[in-house]
Amino acid sequence: MLTVTELQASYGAITALHGISLEVNEGELVALLGTNGAGKSTTLKSICGVLRPVQGSIEFAGESIMNKKPESILKLGISMVPEGREIFTSLTVAENLRLGAYTCYERSRYQQDLKEMFALFPILEERLSQPGGLLSGGEQQQLAIARALMSHPKLLMLDEPSLGLSPTMVDNIFELIGMLRDRGITILLVEQNAERALKVADRAYVLKTGHIEFSGTPAQLEKELDIASVYFGGSKDKSSEVTL
Amino acid sequence: MSGEFVINTLSLGSLYALMALGLVFVYGILKLVNFAYGEYIMVAGYGMYVLGIYTPTPWWATMIIAVLLAALTSYLTELVAFRPVRTKSLNAMLVTSFAVSVLLQNAVLLIVSPRARAVPLPAAFNASVTLFGVTTPLRNILTIITAVVLLAGLTLLMKYTVLGIAMRAAADKFTTTRLMGVQANMVISVAFIISGLLAGVVSIFWVGRSSSVDPLIGAAPLLIAFIATVMGGMNSLMGAVVGGFVYGLLFNVLSITLPASMVNYRDAFMFVIVILFLLFRPEGIIRGSYTEERVG
Repeated sequence: MLTVTELQASYGAITALHGISLEVNEGELVALLGTNGAGKSTTLKSICGVLRPVQGSIEFAGESIMNKKPESILKLGISMVPEGREIFTSLTVAENLRLGAYTCYERSRYQQDLKEMFALFPILEERLSQPGGLLSGGEQQQLAIARALMSHPKLLMLDEPSLGLSPTMVDNIFELIGMLRDRGITILLVEQNAERALKVADRAYVLKTGHIEFSGTPAQLEKELDIASVYFGGSKDKSSEVTL
Repeated sequence: MSGEFVINTLSLGSLYALMALGLVFVYGILKLVNFAYGEYIMVAGYGMYVLGIYTPTPWWATMIIAVLLAALTSYLTELVAFRPVRTKSLNAMLVTSFAVSVLLQNAVLLIVSPRARAVPLPAAFNASVTLFGVTTPLRNILTIITAVVLLAGLTLLMKYTVLGIAMRAAADKFTTTRLMGVQANMVISVAFIISGLLAGVVSIFWVGRSSSVDPLIGAAPLLIAFIATVMGGMNSLMGAVVGGFVYGLLFNVLSITLPASMVNYRDAFMFVIVILFLLFRPEGIIRGSYTEERVG
């Protein structure tokens, strides 16, 4: 479904991605793991068109989406939940959701989609007329995911959805991600919380300083690679005390 | 407080509020203070001059065309001048806006004349009416009514239409708005068109005060709009409106309280007030919740 080949991206003189390749097949939940600055967010931003890559190719459903505008890429079916949630703080929850359905609004279907979102995220129904900025971090994350789902994406990309959330909320979010996968939504998940991400993922890629260091199933990853080393640069026996 | 003072202040405040609102519509989304804004007012003024003097166009059609002309100029400057440099830097856009301003001013100097030209306006415009025991030019009442209608219309647009929601979202987080599928060019074009429409309406009343137009006629409204937004708050439309009315109020208060010998210096007093605002409340009266993200 999504094929990224030899992608290079840079911020000015600093190269963030040194030619990475990855693939997401239909119905899969693929996790993209790595430390801060490994290039995870850069990868997602390149795919959704916010960042203009230097070289390589990005294909989605057989079509090149390299250098397309973010608004065009959304229309093709890629929806993004950005890092830090990026809720429109001055807009109400209802308005945030309405913008999520900007490209595919149809009154009757919209009402039905809303009901579906309220079933998934009951809190949003209660907060419907409140400004997004008044929601807690966890509620904002739910709103960000609901907003992204309103466009009926073929591929959902989540950038660090568990960042800054309480442990209970992290549980909820991962339970939800698993649920969305079971519904057949293709997901590309970027996470620092590798342990949790690997529990829900079908496959995973590990990024390190702009290179793909590993790719495979979670089971392979745990066998072949010391997860702690990916994050802390140490070996397993030395840092076995460290929990992720 | 006399009735005359109230009506004068409301009228002046309405006009200033519209001026400020036009400037802030573009600022909200692009974070660009568009220094060519005053020239949209000028273009509409010359539109009224040309149509009024050289064609038999009825006055109401002249006004509508003038407003549309300002909107068209605003849209074209966005298309030709601002769009190509939009992704470069904010400084590039700022310098571009100066360039557009100078270019339009000089075009008029060259094509028309550096001298002021009389703009024919319907006599009723300056006729006196008596309302609540106060005698005032009809123009003042019309200014207030126009402002109320426009503010109500814009409020409905921004609050209840998808376009309005998208524009508010774009002013809040531009890139994220694009991720919702909202076209960046469309939102920015609409902002410029609304800004131009407001400039056109302002032009009718601003030119109406002196019944003449000259190449520099947009300079004062630009300055007033800028000062009003600084006082009211640059990050919300409400701030611009409040700033406009506060400016009108302060200006009129200075006009009647300052001794006759100092009335001519009231602009200087206004600047002192602005400096005080910048020192003690730089975010303006209305704080606004928009972030300072810039469009890249």
